[in-house]
Amino acid sequence: MKKKELAVAALKNGIVIDHIPCASLFKVVDLLGLEHLDKSVTIGFNLDSERLGKKGIIKIADVELPKEVLNRIAVIAPRAVINIISDYEVVDKHEVTLPDELHDIVRCNNPKCISNNEPMSTRFHVVHRDPLVLRCHYCERKVDHNEITLK
Amino acid sequence: MNTRNLISITDLSKSEILDLITTAQEFERNPNQRLLEGKVVASLFFEPSTRTRLSFETAVNRLGGRVIGFSDASTSSQSKGESLKDTIMMVSNYADLIVMRHPLMGAARYASEISKVPIINAGDGANQHPTQTMLDLYPIQQTQGRLDNLTITMVGDLKYGRTVHSLLEAMHHFKPRFNFVACDVLQMPEQYKQFCREQCIPYTETADFSADIINQSDIIYMTRVQRERFSDLMEYERVKNLYTLTASMLKDGKPTMRVLHPLPRVTEIAQDVDDTPWAYYFEQARNGLYARQAIICRALGIPVK
Ligand SMILES: [Zn+2]
Repeated sequence: MKKKELAVAALKNGIVIDHIPCASLFKVVDLLGLEHLDKSVTIGFNLDSERLGKKGIIKIADVELPKEVLNRIAVIAPRAVINIISDYEVVDKHEVTLPDELHDIVRCNNPKCISNNEPMSTRFHVVHRDPLVLRCHYCERKVDHNEITLK
Repeated sequence: MNTRNLISITDLSKSEILDLITTAQEFERNPNQRLLEGKVVASLFFEPSTRTRLSFETAVNRLGGRVIGFSDASTSSQSKGESLKDTIMMVSNYADLIVMRHPLMGAARYASEISKVPIINAGDGANQHPTQTMLDLYPIQQTQGRLDNLTITMVGDLKYGRTVHSLLEAMHHFKPRFNFVACDVLQMPEQYKQFCREQCIPYTETADFSADIINQSDIIYMTRVQRERFSDLMEYERVKNLYTLTASMLKDGKPTMRVLHPLPRVTEIAQDVDDTPWAYYFEQARNGLYARQAIICRALGIPVK
């Protein structure tokens, strides 16, 4: 694969998450727990993008994250692109894919749901992908894409 | 997960529903079978519901089992702040089966994920009450001799009435036709009408509880219109009277037609209907015992001959 210039300074080894909507950028940081990481993390905000107008980008050095962890961000950044960098080369590049079930990512909006009243994980089923509609595994209520709140 | 749980009516396949009905018919012929000898059933009512609890506990007793539990969360350790998880973990050490009612939605599903013994959901808030749905299906089978190809008219509160939604979902296996009769503010929610369209189930929707609708029905399923649903009390009084079933309205009904109601009724069925051949709601309540006996035996994996 050819060496490819990315919008921010080059990364030797690690992961670049590109095409994140600006509104979701810091939620993605949260979701991946990057503030607890001891690796160098570069966050780009309000960068010009042909696809999104403005976009966010996250570069994480010297780290490998499992696919299922990276796919979690599809809930809030469905078109985000993952670039795996090795020795300055993009060795893998793919869009995130939303899993069929979301474990402990989204909070249920129903105050009468058991998941908001017990110390427990949440669980949602993806009932529709575009636009995103989720169903709580417990109270069975549906959540539309514009109502999704992260845990 | 334990496949013998009963959490939601949609967890049951068509053949599982039919098996439960066959078992219930067995119990109707012979309700006192000591199939639960030596078994302990926990009856955990985190909110009170005397009617449901007595029906379950009677079912266990008639099967020769024993009941432990509580009828109100204020007398249980929940009031001391114990989590549902801890209560279920403790009780599943003692009992062979847990029957639970809880005010929070999804409580039974969650309990089924942590319990070592099967869970029967006896109501989780506004969410599910699958044993009530079996109680509604059984009298339909018993009075019509079948579940297939029936015209079912649902009347009253179709918006908030949990029982009509579950009955609708359960009946989709059996090619029904529905009439939804309700005032504007209590109409069947769009998601259930959409479900009907997806399943190619024909339905009509009207505010007019007319003779025509009554006369084409095989089952009239009445529900209670609750005052709390109305901001305008005048409107409540008007609606309440519009959807009250009286004996004179039934005079040209099919001879095989039956009126069902999940009980308790208030004013939505006039007393004069009770003495007509169409009334079936009291038998329906008694049949509930057989349906619950069948559900308990399924949960424990006990075959019934
Ligand atoms: Zn929920």
